[in-house]
Amino acid sequence: MTRMYAWIFRHLPGPLWLKIIQSLILVTAALFLMVQYLFPWMAHFTSFTDSTIGSQQHS
Amino acid sequence: MRKTIQVLGELLLTVGVILLLFVGWDLWWTNVVADHQQDQAVQNFARDLKGPTAPVKPPKPGSPEDFGQIPVTQPAGHGEMIGVVYIPRFGADYSRPLIEGTSQDVLDTLGLGHYDQTSMPGAVGNFALAGHRQTHGAVLDNIHLLQPGDHVYVQTRQGYYTYVYRNTEIVLPRRVDVLLPVPTDPQARPKERLMTMTSCNPRFGSEERIIAYSALESWRPLSAGPPQEIAARVAHNAGNG
Repeated sequence: MTRMYAWIFRHLPGPLWLKIIQSLILVTAALFLMVQYLFPWMAHFTSFTDSTIGSQQHS
Repeated sequence: MRKTIQVLGELLLTVGVILLLFVGWDLWWTNVVADHQQDQAVQNFARDLKGPTAPVKPPKPGSPEDFGQIPVTQPAGHGEMIGVVYIPRFGADYSRPLIEGTSQDVLDTLGLGHYDQTSMPGAVGNFALAGHRQTHGAVLDNIHLLQPGDHVYVQTRQGYYTYVYRNTEIVLPRRVDVLLPVPTDPQARPKERLMTMTSCNPRFGSEERIIAYSALESWRPLSAGPPQEIAARVAHNAGNG
């Protein structure tokens, strides 16, 4: 059913248990990059945090 | 062809999961991080202050307390901590840092931000601050719950300032005149010591601003101890509660 993620999983080296550990590391790394860079950038496009007067920019 | 569609489907699912994760991060996780950081800042500030953490009884019971001339809080540099704001209406454990400046680096994570062009606490004129309604601590989320007569306490190195909440106004974001020494009246000369809080409105939007006005009721030096209403929280922050 799944293609892309199955392809990545197949190409991880080593036995199954090692593949699972590597997958977990990859998922953790992706989450870290999201929290560190992607989400703060995306937050500029929400409007929850415009609390000052006279500021029109989304901050 | 079929492969392409399957990969495309997977990518769309991935985007959906990332968007859900983003909502969780923005509305929940940023609060966890900011709450922790602001708690630390408040405790560090409170521990450095001298003075008792319980109200000192006047020499004669029932005699009126008079601490003389009300001092103005010393100005602080951008990003520096001015004091701690206590608002019992938002919960007995509500204490948030008051930081100089209203730029994004201050309002995200550091706490309530003081508009640097406005007065400092205790001054005749308008002492104005801003805070997030959602995300990054959601420090003014409950601003709409304030009721006339509610106390807003500001603890600085110059003592405890007690402001009394008066009224709320909902305005468009460009209405900078709410920050004037006499809000919305450029001609008037200030006589009162006012405090103005601004946040976004509605709660999950920013089409408008919610403005809460308070006026100074009293002041007490650090040596007189905190007002009774916030004594438990002050003691907690100073590490003896």
